[in-house]
Amino acid sequence: MHWLTASEARTLLDKKELSAVELTQAHLARIESLDPSLNCHISTFPDRSLAQARAADERIGRGESAGLTGIPISLKDVLVTTGTQTTAGSQILKGYESPYDATVVQRLHAQDAVFVGKSNTDEFAMGSSTENSSYGVTRNPWNLDRVPGGSSGGPAAAVAAGEAMLSLGSDTGGSIRQPAGFCGIVGLKPTYGRVSRLGLIAFGSSLDQIGPFARSVEDAALILEAIAGHDPRDSTSAPMPSPDICSHLTGDLAGVRIGVAEEYAVDGMEPGVETAVATAVESLKDAGAIIKQVSLPHTRYALPTYYITAPAEASANLARFDGVKYGLSIDGGSLREMYEQTRGQGFGPEVKRRIMLGTYALSSGYYDAYYVKAQKVRTLLKQDFDAAFADVDVIVAPTSPTVAFPIGARLDDPYQMYLADVFTIPANMAGIPGVSVPCGFADGLPVGLQFLGKAFDEATLLSVAHAYERSQPWWRMHPELGNEI
Amino acid sequence: MELTLDEVRHVAALARLGLTDAEQELMRDQLSSILGHINALNELDTESIPPTASVAALQNVWRDDTVQSSLPREQVLMNAPRQNEGCFEVDTPLGGEESSS
Repeated sequence: MHWLTASEARTLLDKKELSAVELTQAHLARIESLDPSLNCHISTFPDRSLAQARAADERIGRGESAGLTGIPISLKDVLVTTGTQTTAGSQILKGYESPYDATVVQRLHAQDAVFVGKSNTDEFAMGSSTENSSYGVTRNPWNLDRVPGGSSGGPAAAVAAGEAMLSLGSDTGGSIRQPAGFCGIVGLKPTYGRVSRLGLIAFGSSLDQIGPFARSVEDAALILEAIAGHDPRDSTSAPMPSPDICSHLTGDLAGVRIGVAEEYAVDGMEPGVETAVATAVESLKDAGAIIKQVSLPHTRYALPTYYITAPAEASANLARFDGVKYGLSIDGGSLREMYEQTRGQGFGPEVKRRIMLGTYALSSGYYDAYYVKAQKVRTLLKQDFDAAFADVDVIVAPTSPTVAFPIGARLDDPYQMYLADVFTIPANMAGIPGVSVPCGFADGLPVGLQFLGKAFDEATLLSVAHAYERSQPWWRMHPELGNEI
Repeated sequence: MELTLDEVRHVAALARLGLTDAEQELMRDQLSSILGHINALNELDTESIPPTASVAALQNVWRDDTVQSSLPREQVLMNAPRQNEGCFEVDTPLGGEESSS
């Protein structure tokens, strides 16, 4: 039952052919059996999960179930939750217990969803492989020697392995879409402002968005509807209600204009990825879509622009981890020493690297040359998309240039790691929504297909993704791992 | 684009990050390399391009200036490494070892 979609589970739960407790127990059993090798979760709380499942069963019994009542969900450990620790994958927050729940957590709790755990992440969401977590790497369920992608490797692997039916991650430069691609599942980054960031431990405030992992586009739409919509406590939250997506998933591609950008190809792109994506584009055409060439001329500047903007914002957002109010605190003999020792010892190498980069880019004498320059190039990146979307409804592209790489393969040169996000970063810079869906395999590992849409047009974006998904066998394929459970 | 160790120490001081000597050297090499890639942005003429501070297209999001409930003090202090009389306690930022506060 751990391969059911949330949509299928909803039907069975409401017909009482399955109980929320049974469903939760099945998922907790999988976590217990598989996490010793996968390490998807930093924290689990089985008693609490089962208590939530019992509450869900009572609600279903009263005939009052909502879309996600009783559905087992994993939460990336950058989303704050009461009653358990939130670590952000860092030692600096080990044991930190938040006094409030993130808005998205509150909204899911209001539907009596079941939380099965807090899942692993690159430290403070900085990374593309989950190798920067200070709680160990998460392994790809399709091949244990490979990374699951990052930074949301934990929630992605959890859904891919059937440890959770759905999960929530965060995406600042591709941290939902890229692990979804590497793990063969659906990963959605909504439009910036679509989902409240209250309770998401901030990395890049103008880039961060919370979004779902699922094993079907329909499931992703279901949970998006539950978490999206204006939040007065997040001043960057768009002043509009949660969108109606599920009723727009028609499965019809006739006449839909899909753009292919020549710039979404790089040296070092794996041939297996190119082939799988090209085959997918052909099948879109066969289904009646109109494929058009578009140009996004500033694409190759997105990565360097991001690596000024995101670290700059991170250097400000991570200033609060200073040993004063929460988290690790190292007595240095003076206040200044306390700050430096706490942060020096509490943060891992990638986090320190990005804080340094960001501080440098914002410092006197460099601010105009780096930070303001990056903000100007950001305008150009956005203008590229605005021009392309005058001619097409969605853009299709690979999610990443390669399939999941081996654990340890990209640790020597930070910039090599950054290149994994070269196709996902532009959407964060422009604030537009993007989704990755599986489109086949190369060398036995999943290949991700990415669709990008207009701001606030998740309906069209997901409708196209859903149509593609249902025309293909990929979404029903699961890793062999744990078949005996 | 080559950073010097002095520049690394200056930035680390701004960021209140305690780096070991080995970390400083590695940081110098890695940051220099990353900044080298980033210099590609100088290929673009952005003289007349306005900067994008936010893609949210929202400005001045207000709320009424009314008193609302906030977190209870005990919750605010629940993770405090050191607390004293209902406040977070820190070493004084003033003076040296013989501070007169």
